[in-house]
Amino acid sequence: MTSKIEEIDTYYNIGYVITTLDLSVKYGGRYAIKDININIPRNSITAIIGPSGSGKTTFLRCLNRMNDLISKAKVEGRVLFNGKNIYDPDVDPYQIRARIGMVFQKPNPFPKSIFENVAFGLRINGVKNREEIERRVKHALTQAALWDEVKDRLNHNAYELSGGQQQRLCIARALAVEPEVLLMDEPAASLDPIATARIEELMIRLKERYTIIIVTHNMQQAARVADYTAVMMPDEDGVGKLVEFGTTREIFTNPKSKKTEDYVRGRIG
Amino acid sequence: MQVPRAEKIVGSVLLAASLLTIIALILIIETLVYESLFFFSRVSIFEFLFGVEWTVLFLDKKFGVVPLLAGTFLTSSIAILLASTIGLGSAVYLSEYASPRVRSVVKPLLEILAGIPTVVYGYFAIYTITPLLKSSVFPDISFYNALSAGIAMGVMIIPTVASLSEDSLYAVPETLKHAAYSLGAKKIQVVFRVVIPAALSGIVASFILGLARAVGETMIVAIAAGFRPVLTLNPLEAIQTMTAFIAQVSTGEAPHGTVEYQSIFAVGLYLFTLVMLLNLIGNYVVRRWGVRVS
Repeated sequence: MTSKIEEIDTYYNIGYVITTLDLSVKYGGRYAIKDININIPRNSITAIIGPSGSGKTTFLRCLNRMNDLISKAKVEGRVLFNGKNIYDPDVDPYQIRARIGMVFQKPNPFPKSIFENVAFGLRINGVKNREEIERRVKHALTQAALWDEVKDRLNHNAYELSGGQQQRLCIARALAVEPEVLLMDEPAASLDPIATARIEELMIRLKERYTIIIVTHNMQQAARVADYTAVMMPDEDGVGKLVEFGTTREIFTNPKSKKTEDYVRGRIG
Repeated sequence: MQVPRAEKIVGSVLLAASLLTIIALILIIETLVYESLFFFSRVSIFEFLFGVEWTVLFLDKKFGVVPLLAGTFLTSSIAILLASTIGLGSAVYLSEYASPRVRSVVKPLLEILAGIPTVVYGYFAIYTITPLLKSSVFPDISFYNALSAGIAMGVMIIPTVASLSEDSLYAVPETLKHAAYSLGAKKIQVVFRVVIPAALSGIVASFILGLARAVGETMIVAIAAGFRPVLTLNPLEAIQTMTAFIAQVSTGEAPHGTVEYQSIFAVGLYLFTLVMLLNLIGNYVVRRWGVRVS
């Protein structure tokens, strides 16, 4: 086994923000995903595609320890975040989640005002200064391309917004705590094409500052936005495996594996 | 298409059943209003609502309902204070902290409390709570007193508060909790800043419905709070609530047709209005503030 210092040398310095080493997840006694090894490059968009049941969401939830919340889930292997295994016993999962943000499949704003939704992460992480909160809320809403639409009604309930706006609000909420990585679990699954296009534009703009990992069912979406694409498939026992990982161009034009080719050509899934 | 005869019959029987409840309600209101009108032809509404002496069963009769209202207010406040803290506490525990195993044992136990006959609570108040209070903190407490009755009523309505609050806490979607966790929130922050605020309408409604039960509760206060209609807010003294007065007079203290007999309908009408208002507020809160989370 390599030492911590070597890990940092090996992965961190060459620009991988997240590296997984033999990452597996068991639900009960059964593997949902097994032996996933992947390097996620910094300031890029990585799409994870694959048919239902291939463990894409399970994989994503390992990266910010959201699987901890499911009592039956057991994670094996390592997830290096900036070279440090986030499953080490001395790691505080709450801190990890503040640095690796998440956007969910369905918009899930809190039943609070637009402002308080974005301020929530700041408040729970101990930011008290009102001016700082206001400044960072504005900044996050601007980054999420929502500021102009909501600046005159920040104290309105978030549920007054349309689905697409709610999802951008959730992105702003995640950005407000200034994470390094943004995990997105099919963020456009419940949105119409126009709202989807806006989220995609936003993602491309955000990768200058963040590393984005997006799970999607939609292969066109992966082709449009992602720099890198990982293909996951269930094996014959239904255990999710990483079949192929590479630049999006390679995956879609010149896949190495037959399974990938069949999948991106629409013959599986 | 022709509706079969049997179905028509079943339909009309069921319709009759539901109409009957409405008719019962109308008859009750009608009786209350009718008898109250006689009462108010002899006593001014002003004296009734704002008078501070209630000496209906004495020779020098005064019909100020405020002492009875104060009695009801006192016992109900004690009850709701106790039931809201303990009820909400157990609801949060059951919904957010208890393992499914503990939950499956504790929840039914809690609901047994709701099945205990109120007369048992009444004697529980006199023979257990009062002596306990007397020997521990309040040596001067009267045999009949508002505090013990209020505590017993509080215990009685804990299941109402706990069960309704728990339902609304449990209904807060997992996705909201996950959103909070994904921002780095700790469990206690998720519970107090997301789950409880999102369930607030249900929680407030459970308090109001619990309060409505306490205001209308009769047996416990008739047994344990006393028959002393004096204006006091001292919970260690004997008092009389609106319901206890009605119970006392309607069990034969006053001859039919007398003003004291009619006074119970006026008190009843007042009580009915109060409880109905509380229920309306409770329903309004649920609808107006209801969690609009799809």
